Amino acid sequence: MKTTTRQFKDNARTALADTGLQSALDKMETGFVVNRANAAARLPEFEALRDQGRDIKNHTLEHLDFYLETFEANVQKAGGHVHWAATPEDARQIILDICRSVDAKTVTKGKSMIAEEIGLNEFLEENDIAPIETDLGEYIIQLRNEPPSHIIAPAIHVLKEQVADAFHEAHTDLDPGRSLEEPQALLDEARAILRQKYLDADVGITGANFLIAETGSSVIVTNEGNGDLTQTLPKIHIAVASLEKVVPTLEDASALLRLLARSATGQEFSSYTTFSTGPRRPEDPDGPEQYHVVLLDNGRADLLGTEVREVLRCIRCGACMNHCPVYGAVGGHAYGWVYPGPIGSVLTPTLIGVEEARHLPNASTFCGRCEAVCPMRIPLPKLMRHYREKAHEEKLTPAAERAGLGLWAFAARRPGLYRWAAGLVIRVLGALGRRRGRFASLPFASGWTRYRDLPAPQGQTFQQQWAARNGRRGRGA
Amino acid sequence: MSTTRPEVALFVTCLVDLFRPVVGFAAVELLEQAGCTVSVPEAQTCCGQPAFNSGDRVDAKTVAAQVIDAFEGFDYIVVPSGSCAGMLSKHYPELFEDDPAMADRARDFARRTYELMAFLVDVRGMTGLDAAYNGNVTYHDSCSGLRELGVKQQPRQLLASVEGLTLIELPGAERCCGFGGTFCVKYPDISNNMVGDKTTDIEKTGADTVLAGDLGCLMNMAGKLTRTGSSIRARHVAEVLAGMTDDPAIGEGQPE
Repeated sequence: MKTTTRQFKDNARTALADTGLQSALDKMETGFVVNRANAAARLPEFEALRDQGRDIKNHTLEHLDFYLETFEANVQKAGGHVHWAATPEDARQIILDICRSVDAKTVTKGKSMIAEEIGLNEFLEENDIAPIETDLGEYIIQLRNEPPSHIIAPAIHVLKEQVADAFHEAHTDLDPGRSLEEPQALLDEARAILRQKYLDADVGITGANFLIAETGSSVIVTNEGNGDLTQTLPKIHIAVASLEKVVPTLEDASALLRLLARSATGQEFSSYTTFSTGPRRPEDPDGPEQYHVVLLDNGRADLLGTEVREVLRCIRCGACMNHCPVYGAVGGHAYGWVYPGPIGSVLTPTLIGVEEARHLPNASTFCGRCEAVCPMRIPLPKLMRHYREKAHEEKLTPAAERAGLGLWAFAARRPGLYRWAAGLVIRVLGALGRRRGRFASLPFASGWTRYRDLPAPQGQTFQQQWAARNGRRGRGA
Repeated sequence: MSTTRPEVALFVTCLVDLFRPVVGFAAVELLEQAGCTVSVPEAQTCCGQPAFNSGDRVDAKTVAAQVIDAFEGFDYIVVPSGSCAGMLSKHYPELFEDDPAMADRARDFARRTYELMAFLVDVRGMTGLDAAYNGNVTYHDSCSGLRELGVKQQPRQLLASVEGLTLIELPGAERCCGFGGTFCVKYPDISNNMVGDKTTDIEKTGADTVLAGDLGCLMNMAGKLTRTGSSIRARHVAEVLAGMTDDPAIGEGQPE
């Protein structure tokens, strides 16, 4: 996938000027945020469940090799295949080879962020295989030829009028004069179009929310049932997932499932939670002839034992971005790669490098709302700070910023000098700003004064006044 | 209220020291009302957040060690800012985790450190004050105080005792105002969007004054309010609680 992470600031400016996007983003606070809060409040053990979820993932990650091998053995026992992919290239090639083994022309796809990470759609198209997204949001953005802007609501940035335009343009067999004003009309049309695609597809590709070691199952959650049709109707089901999706037992998966939907959409459970174990057995009424799991590493194994290992606990609920004021201001595309929001600000430098992604961990006020709602208690601000440290160590930050920081550090380490210099500067600024009480512009503070006034200092520093009182304490300043 | 008279050192914070000393004096007043003896160690500059949050761990540690030295021997260190108090009490121990010589001192220092509102209510058992303020105020919960230190109910409890004051809750009070230290100058466009949303919410409450416990957030909100021509005043919550509201509000002009 094309990366525009380096242009984060430009991307952000474009997003801030996009009124359609802004009105779409404004709905998040009244939708996802309120629904999650209500769902959490309705479950008395929600906080304890978060601890349990964190512990399950920590345990699994400490024994990841064991659980992955157990998973593989149990997939094989159920008649399925596991493919290990070190890189996105490997994963794409494995999937292409499976598709070619049945001479596939079209594949249906359930929602998968790993498929985005490995750039699967483009690759399949280059190899004359047509991927068809079946999640409604994914279908919409596929028609619009753009990446998802949210990990669970990929088309959250698209207005319904824009969906209607995309459908009119793409579904040329239908009456061009038909009305697509009502959401139901859009839904009916997408459903009718996709129904035949499921039946025609040679291969169905899904992601996996969890992989269960003890049973060799992959689990998907959806609200549309599209994943079920994708993985049961075609001859071959391929589940593509990253290593850290594995959990030891069914019970562990159900604990995490109780957290997932509540954190994501505020539902107690998603409409569909589907467990796939191996291909169709003789007594099964339906199911694929072949079941494959492609396990992607892409640098994740190297994170085990490092300071950023906690990011591997993520269950991709999207709560961090729903609650992030920066995501809420600029939306997902500004982040410039696959994963937006706070989790993206940690994953992106992890997976594509801190030089490319330097802006993302910096563009945070460290307000801490992401960590406060993360069901897996991932310390996202701390991990972002880790990448700020890395960028500082590698001297990737702008020279002016480094110079400013150096000057600050020089003064902050010398309290005597600091008091003297601060007293002087503040006296001047205080005198200049006394009448109006603020500055509309200041030569060295344009970043601040472009959008807001700078309140003027009161005149003397606290330290000066305190010293002048000779330690006398009391009322009044 | 507790009967012993503890020795409290005020960590003024750089913004209060430079921009709004009245907050420091208000803090001293409140601490004395709460039965404390207050000192202000001279060798304090800044808590080190500019370095810590810019990834400069080396300078952050130097400044942190200097603060720990300067505040040795006091029963408590009290800070009129959730952000700086969070730095002192949550992040100093983290900075010295792997430094055997400093780790225990940093933890001990952190244990003695409190944000002003939390100290008055939770440690000193203050339930109300003898103060008056005529007006409708709204309150913004600054992020670090709220989420790192659990400062939420304490300022509200104290404000409830202020005569003539009506508190109107701010919708989205827990949403960041967009200050974020250096964030607001590194990403001014995004910060502007956030503070714009915040001041719009403040305007909608109909309050005449917005209060908060952190001067950074207050300067950000006040600067946006005055820029957009709003007459809503911004003050640190300690000014109101200490009855020190004769000075012009933040960013407000002074009659000659």
